[in-house]
Amino acid sequence: MAYIELRNVSKSFGVGKDRTQVLSNINLEIEEGEFVAIVGFTGSGKTTLINLISGLMMPDEGEVLFKGELVTGPSHERGVIFQNYSLLPWLNVRNNVGMAVKEAFKKMIRKERNKRVEEYVEMVNLLPAINKLPKELSGGMRQRVSVTRALSMSPDVILMDEPLSALDALTRGNLQQEILKIWNKDKKTALLITNDVDEGILMADRIIPLKPGPKATLGPEYEINLERPRDKTALNHNEEYKKLRNSIIEYLIQIGEQRASKKENNYTLPDIKPVIKPTPFGRLNFG
Amino acid sequence: MKDRSIHILNFVGLGFFEPAIRLASGEEVKKNLIVLFKKVLLPILSVGLFLIVWHSGATYLYTIEKDARIEKALNDRGEAAALEMKTCVESGDISCQPNTLPSPSQVWGAYKSLLMDHRVIAQKKAAFAEKVAATNAQREAQGLVAIKYTGRPSFVDQILTSLKTVFAGFLLAFFIAVPIGIMLGLSPTLRSSVNWLIQIFKPVSPVVWLLLVFMIVKTLTKNSDSDSSFIISFISVGLCSMWATLVNTSMGVSSVDKDYINVAKVLQLNVGQKVFKIILPSSFPLIFTGLRITLSVAWMVLIAIELLAQSPGLGSFVWEEFQNGANDSNSKIIVAMFVIGIIGFLLDRIMLTIQKFVTFTEETA
Repeated sequence: MAYIELRNVSKSFGVGKDRTQVLSNINLEIEEGEFVAIVGFTGSGKTTLINLISGLMMPDEGEVLFKGELVTGPSHERGVIFQNYSLLPWLNVRNNVGMAVKEAFKKMIRKERNKRVEEYVEMVNLLPAINKLPKELSGGMRQRVSVTRALSMSPDVILMDEPLSALDALTRGNLQQEILKIWNKDKKTALLITNDVDEGILMADRIIPLKPGPKATLGPEYEINLERPRDKTALNHNEEYKKLRNSIIEYLIQIGEQRASKKENNYTLPDIKPVIKPTPFGRLNFG
Repeated sequence: MKDRSIHILNFVGLGFFEPAIRLASGEEVKKNLIVLFKKVLLPILSVGLFLIVWHSGATYLYTIEKDARIEKALNDRGEAAALEMKTCVESGDISCQPNTLPSPSQVWGAYKSLLMDHRVIAQKKAAFAEKVAATNAQREAQGLVAIKYTGRPSFVDQILTSLKTVFAGFLLAFFIAVPIGIMLGLSPTLRSSVNWLIQIFKPVSPVVWLLLVFMIVKTLTKNSDSDSSFIISFISVGLCSMWATLVNTSMGVSSVDKDYINVAKVLQLNVGQKVFKIILPSSFPLIFTGLRITLSVAWMVLIAIELLAQSPGLGSFVWEEFQNGANDSNSKIIVAMFVIGIIGFLLDRIMLTIQKFVTFTEETA
């Protein structure tokens, strides 16, 4: 039996005529200790998928099973790292993480809790900023706090909803390594939602493309048998990596084109040209 | 030290002193001079301009009134009376001064005389307290009520009474509006069920609230001999001003960012924790905006309510001066106007500072 299992899951939003099925007939099995990445276009229902697994949303049809039991609501066992960090702006780093620790370990005494908070904050090298408010941190630091918050509850599964997509390329690379390092320690089951194929290949054991919605379904899965730890620069010259990357991207482009061609409408454009008046200075004035 | 004082000034909303401090320490002289000009000199200039307009307007009105008086004396009682009136007016005799908008200097004079009056009354009070100290001690020992000073209150006493009333009203509004607002914000059913009532009562005028409170309090305090005017006025102030807080609180609570609610769900907070740790902190900015509006509305309607309810305070001061019709009454009314305005401004600044202390701002500092 799989650790996480989705059986024929569908989810729709809206009412009446405007009702659109975002996810349709999703079947997914994730084994314990596995790192699965789901790649897809924006707006293809990736966040909905995470919300279904975390228990923030309930499926319209089908069922979500975790350790063989039906998911009926959120739980500490499934930590979520949100796309937009979702840190509480009125609490500093210590209290943002501390709140999670307090909830997950209700019986722990205060001193132990503080120790745990500091331990986890140190893991992402944020100890110097532990008393700062989220607004005083950069995007990368905020996401690290969010990662820390999710991990400090020691969940059985980490669900990551495009955790790095709002960050610049360099910070992104660093955080990828950090998350991998932490994951490597106790090999928790992890599900990463991303729009970056490279990120998926670098981090995951398995990549599953999500066909664009509405009525998004999962595409064929790609096993990644590259050896860990994976080095980003070395990977660039790895033949297997190149082949894998190309085939996934080709697949994504192909389904992307299918979606585009479905919508194609032929508009005849009017035959007009812009009139460009000469400005006093003889060039275009963009002010 | 310098940076610290600048920070504090900015925090309490007196940031316009910043360039003066920077200038005093010789920092970027040219830039700070310009800022100083913009932030301090221009406001002072506009105040000066206002005083000039006021002065010339008052002079113009004075001339009209004066001419009318002389004209009337001429028509009613002949030329001799007119001449007499003219000399009387020009001599500055109090008995025949035209009654119109006072000039700035008259208002300043009235301000000084009010202060003087306050000192005299304060002395009288102290003397009285000294005189009755022994008697009061005796009365207290016998379990009787102490004898109080019952003379005329001074202007400063009136201000303090008004502040007391406004704070009582504000607290009432706070303790009614915030809890109810939270409840309404949490429950859409409750919100829609009382929405009509709120929408109907919100625009009701202070005067009507006063009469309503009067009807109720009058009946409730029928058997007690205590003075109910204070109770009536502070309850009316509270009821008039609480709506802004009520609406803002329920809006703030009902529109908490969905991300924070998701966090609460993932952390599996219980209802109490969800309200106190997530919903309330995140709606603090809106609640405080409501409280600020409430305080300024409370201060604004207070004057009208005191005026009508016959309860002591600035409002009744203004009304008494208006009825009084003494030669400096108009000036005293204008003094009261400025005092009301300045106190209102200060109250708002205090609230703003408290708000900065207890709420968060999302934008980067």
